[in-house]
Amino acid sequence: MTDSLIVHHTPEPHPDTGRPDPHQDYFSMRFIGFWVYLMTDCILFTTLFITYAVLHTNTFGGPSGKDLFELKLAFGETMALLFSSVTCGLAVLAAVHQRLRASLVWLGVTITLGLSFLTMELWEFHHFYSMGHSWRESAFLSSFFTLVGTHGLHITFGLTWAGVMVGQLLYHGLTVDTFRRLVLFSLFWHFLDLIWIFIFTFVYLMGVI
Amino acid sequence: MFGNLTLEAFQHDFVQTMAVMGGVVNGVLLIALITYLKKWKWLWNEWITTVDHKKIGIMYIVVVLIMFLKGFADAMLMRIQQATAAGATHPFLGSEHFQEIFSAHGATMIFFVAMGFMFGIMNLIIPLQIGARDVAFPFLNAVSFWLFTAGGMLILISLAVGHFSVSGWLSYPPLSGVEYSPNEGVDYWAWSIQISGIGSTFSGINFLVTILKMRCPGMTLMKMPIFVWSSLCAMVLVIFAFPILTATVGMLMLDRYLGMHFFTAGGGGNPMLYFNLIWAWGHPEVYILILPAFGIFSEVVPTFSEKRLFGYASMVWAMIVIAVLSFLVWLHHFFTMGASPNVNAFFGIMTMLVAIPTGVKIFNWLFTKYRGKVHFTSPMLWFFSFVLNFSVAGMTGILLAAPPVDFQVHNSLFLVAHFHGMVIGGVLFGFFAGFTYWFPKYTGFFIDERLNRMAFFCWFAGLLLAFMPLYMLGFMGATRRLDHYDPSTGWQPLFIIAALGGVIIFFGALIQFLGLFWSIYKRKENRDTTGGNPWNGRTLEWATHSPPPIYNFAFIPTVNQLDPLWADNPPKEEKREYQDIHLPEDTPVAFYIGTLCMILGFAFTWQIHWLGILCFAGILGLIIAHLSEKEKHMTITAEEVRKIEESYTKRQQTA
Repeated sequence: MTDSLIVHHTPEPHPDTGRPDPHQDYFSMRFIGFWVYLMTDCILFTTLFITYAVLHTNTFGGPSGKDLFELKLAFGETMALLFSSVTCGLAVLAAVHQRLRASLVWLGVTITLGLSFLTMELWEFHHFYSMGHSWRESAFLSSFFTLVGTHGLHITFGLTWAGVMVGQLLYHGLTVDTFRRLVLFSLFWHFLDLIWIFIFTFVYLMGVI
Repeated sequence: MFGNLTLEAFQHDFVQTMAVMGGVVNGVLLIALITYLKKWKWLWNEWITTVDHKKIGIMYIVVVLIMFLKGFADAMLMRIQQATAAGATHPFLGSEHFQEIFSAHGATMIFFVAMGFMFGIMNLIIPLQIGARDVAFPFLNAVSFWLFTAGGMLILISLAVGHFSVSGWLSYPPLSGVEYSPNEGVDYWAWSIQISGIGSTFSGINFLVTILKMRCPGMTLMKMPIFVWSSLCAMVLVIFAFPILTATVGMLMLDRYLGMHFFTAGGGGNPMLYFNLIWAWGHPEVYILILPAFGIFSEVVPTFSEKRLFGYASMVWAMIVIAVLSFLVWLHHFFTMGASPNVNAFFGIMTMLVAIPTGVKIFNWLFTKYRGKVHFTSPMLWFFSFVLNFSVAGMTGILLAAPPVDFQVHNSLFLVAHFHGMVIGGVLFGFFAGFTYWFPKYTGFFIDERLNRMAFFCWFAGLLLAFMPLYMLGFMGATRRLDHYDPSTGWQPLFIIAALGGVIIFFGALIQFLGLFWSIYKRKENRDTTGGNPWNGRTLEWATHSPPPIYNFAFIPTVNQLDPLWADNPPKEEKREYQDIHLPEDTPVAFYIGTLCMILGFAFTWQIHWLGILCFAGILGLIIAHLSEKEKHMTITAEEVRKIEESYTKRQQTA
């Protein structure tokens, strides 16, 4: 049980050939597969970043980023997400040491921080919308809402996944399967954190300059 | 309740009504036949719920055949229209209907014929060639297939319910925007592309990991069969390119559904951004299709020349270079956009550079045949005509790559002739060669060689006759997508010749279908009695039985060099005991997900939001439920393995 939870394990020799059998190495296969999926997601975000870069000056008489963005709020969002990444890492670390309860607690903290991030983001969207600056107003706002909104959508799916993870950990405990899913979730969550750093830099920081 | 869906959606002109009736009658006959033969249970247990890569590969090819019929019917209608529409006041098809047909033809042929054929052959062959028991993620593989099928079905549904897009196979804005295409056509296109595109991304990930992680012991990267290398390059391109497609079509949908301004003419939107983004996917896409075809020819030519592939390493590097260059040429699809001469010059030169690695490959194949013992089997015939067509179309491609020339023939029939020469003469002929070559491997019997040759000669002659006139018409100024033209242009004779070429291709395709059914009917006489290696092939797929047992290999093979079956010093065979084999368990979840995706696409196309949201919730629920379970495996015990292996040996002896 403990052995199988180690992340970087080498496959056992195959009984027929005496050589390492690639078919048994489920963990690293899933890990690489998910990592490659994250890269496809990264390219999806890259496309949205490029679109934002091309369209962010096309305000069509509406407000620009300088008029709209509040750095305080964006900084709050950044902090919430960065700390949620730390706690997510702690949840995995606790799982590696077979401490189920600690892992669950850290996962709970991660979800709370993620929810607070999402609340701030939705509040910002609602704020812009209620001022009359919706995505219909200009190409700049379309690309802003789409880029940041796609990230928010990913966060929503991530939170759903985290919720399901809590359920699985409570129901199944720490098994090879649930441990692997937890590690993959943490990969996903760190990736979203990374994307947010780019959004914070390119959209918010450079937007208010 | 039903959104924008009204009875009007079911009313069509005569030609389309007949097509719909034909489709419905065939569907009813098929259902009746399955019921009469009591095959529903078999269909469900053996095929629909399967996660076996061999069966999924065969299902891909079945769906491709259906979609090919649809795409080919579209092509024939276009040829008839253009052959008869010289100044006609009452052309064969109305202009709206004609536009729908050319849009559907392109989308069907690229997304659901070429892509499907490629994934089908890869599914059938790659695990066998690398000595694996399945792909890395068998369930995900089934999901990919059912998403692909869901997208294809949406296009078929658009034939019967409402209209398809009228804005071409890539739906350029602003024509595809909600202002100029207010009806459901573009939405059908967008949903079908999104659903199948996500499936393709999953397949890309799946095969990449399969190739990188599941090769049998001893098979280092430079000892991989060349088809696996070509697929690896293509899958890297899929992974880089398809997310761009998803994002771009997604933004077009946001423009249409939520009134955003990405690609609209007003509101600060930029339609040219769409052209750039869609071709940043689109150009790699054509290389995604052609690279596996190159790989197939690199397997076929050495086998039927009885000589190892000339320049294996240069072949691999040529494919890697092509894969890299594919991302640096997209702008050549719109030199006329008005970019500066320097930009056009850069992309023109990059495009011409592609000819170098491609030339390397052509010469490698030719040198492989040099002093080999060439057998003129039908896969080789496809290869010969491929070299001719691909070289001609390649050279016209070099012409098009020069911006000043491109300004003259941009969007003309010259371009249409160029890319059909590439896609039919290159991609499709490659897949036909692979289909014939590997047919005895996954069925256990041969495809009728005589009929196959006849089909080949029809395709070859038909292709030249159908597209050579289009080169001339392009020079004479005929643009693409014309639903009628003035008789004084003098184009009609050439259009009639092109239509005749289409008819000859039709006979070729007909003979292929007949040949397929005839071979299945006569399968007993056509059985492969050589124990699984009829062509004296050199790669691992020929080391197992035909058709391969569910576990592919009773013992995972070990290789120590390229071309293991032609090895001078193969690894020693030891007497080994059979072992229990674990395989993933079949599941209907992938089928449910595909079906729900199809209904979701249909619902949002017609703005039936409640149904769409319901489907989305269903999909999410299914995914969560499936991923919360413990992974199930079925075990084939050593005793069963022994029985299966012995039954093959027995069949061998009686034959």
